[in-house]
Amino acid sequence: MRKTLTMIALSLSAAGLAAPAHAQLTGTLQKIKDSGAITVGHRESSVPFSYLDAQQKPIGYAMDLCAKVVDAVKSELKMPNLKVNYQAVTSQNRIPLMQNGTIDLECGSTTNSVARQQQVGFSVAYFITSVRMGVRKDSGIKDIGDLDGRPVVTTTGTTSDQLIKQNEKGKTIDVKNIYGKDHADSFLMVESGRAAAFVMDDILLAGLIASSKNPSAFAIVGPSLRDEPYAVMVRKDDAPFKAIVDKTLVGLMKSGEAEKLYNKWFTQPIPPRNVNLNFPMSPALKAAFENPTDKGVE
Amino acid sequence: MDYHWNWMFFFQETDDGLKYYDWILSGLGWTTVVSLASLAVALLLGSALGVMRTTPNRWLVGIGDAYVDLFRNVPLIVQLFMWFFVVPELVPEKLGLWMKQDLPYVVIAVVGLGLYTAARIAEQVKAGINSLSRGQRAAGLALGFTEWQTYRHVRLPMAYRIVLPALTSEAMNIFKNSAVTYAVGILELYFQYKQIIEKTSQVLEITIVVTLAYFALAFVMNRLLASIERRTRVPGLIVGGKGSN
Repeated sequence: MRKTLTMIALSLSAAGLAAPAHAQLTGTLQKIKDSGAITVGHRESSVPFSYLDAQQKPIGYAMDLCAKVVDAVKSELKMPNLKVNYQAVTSQNRIPLMQNGTIDLECGSTTNSVARQQQVGFSVAYFITSVRMGVRKDSGIKDIGDLDGRPVVTTTGTTSDQLIKQNEKGKTIDVKNIYGKDHADSFLMVESGRAAAFVMDDILLAGLIASSKNPSAFAIVGPSLRDEPYAVMVRKDDAPFKAIVDKTLVGLMKSGEAEKLYNKWFTQPIPPRNVNLNFPMSPALKAAFENPTDKGVE
Repeated sequence: MDYHWNWMFFFQETDDGLKYYDWILSGLGWTTVVSLASLAVALLLGSALGVMRTTPNRWLVGIGDAYVDLFRNVPLIVQLFMWFFVVPELVPEKLGLWMKQDLPYVVIAVVGLGLYTAARIAEQVKAGINSLSRGQRAAGLALGFTEWQTYRHVRLPMAYRIVLPALTSEAMNIFKNSAVTYAVGILELYFQYKQIIEKTSQVLEITIVVTLAYFALAFVMNRLLASIERRTRVPGLIVGGKGSN
């Protein structure tokens, strides 16, 4: 039954007709219409994508983008008074909470990967992160080859440590892998000299360095070990809803509004401590804005 | 719920050429090593502290009591972070550097978990010794035993039998508590659990398997100690809750 409805919705949009509100809705849109509310999943400390400000309100680049998506849903369903709920999620529970219907879209720092696409759907990418090395400047580490024989930290349960393993296999670099419980722990390992480098998404490294006691003591070095797209997470096989999310994001990218939002969060002082990440748009992200894609990373 | 079940992923190859079930087995191995080593540390130190707290010497009692108060009132994860992050900064710089770069992390985990559990075992050993009638010690001394010999030959053998059920709980707890050592970089079962979730997103399958694995570990420990309890029972001597039989 649901499949048939999806097919109908798909053929309607394929014919260039926006599904009118009185037509049968499916999936997430139907759920939002029935419940009169949309639930946005957010992170608590993914600066500057999705995090809590001093008033414990979720803010950030991804939250701004999602606010536009919510507006689009409101006008699509002709429900200007749609209730918007916020639900904090973690990297462990975000996928189950999406699947069981607790959240309707997730706006944080979630990498769109092929493995995850087995479970959930993703919008077009709104950010491209590069996995690089965060080091102490006095360590003299400039490139991945300098890591030979040194301890290298990454965070438990992230995708970055695969890259160390892959690089170990391909080249003759022999590093000692160690693992921090969370990003703050991993960074502390570099700060305290336990680890020579922290291999992680460059934007997260920039955030940790910017808010450290002495930002000038650290640097992000080396080539990108891999580029990963961050995207809004939606339910799997829910084409009508994903179409609204994608259409909104692509519209923002084409109109230049996405770039304005980017600059607001990445190149200017942001709450709660007025730290400036100094993280201008990368060429990879500029390309992703020009040619939006929802392709997942392997 | 819109979940994509896939039990076969356990047999898929990972990035390092192993299969996912190899990761789970390796995690199980580390969990067992950390737990058993910590249990050994905890039993030795806990027994010593428990005995100290029942001696007539006020200094020994004071040291034992202070230890138990300190280690029983601080959360395990905080203790592990103390050993891992804080202690290396407090000791002389050369020693600190050695602790940070050469000392295997498993040593820190075993020390942390062992010292934490020792406080709990000390409490139980003390309770076991104190539950014996005072005549036991007096009779031992009257037979010409030294204070230490009354512990070795009279009081401890009985005290251990009395508190064995409580020690069983502690031995099972240590397997469950060992999950916390992932926070200081031990690649044990909980660590592998988190890694596999991140890599495969098959949250439900892996959660079920890891739950069963922890259950099995604790249950094996339970059966093992229950059989020790049966084998070491001295008919007529130990008075449990319901009397001996």
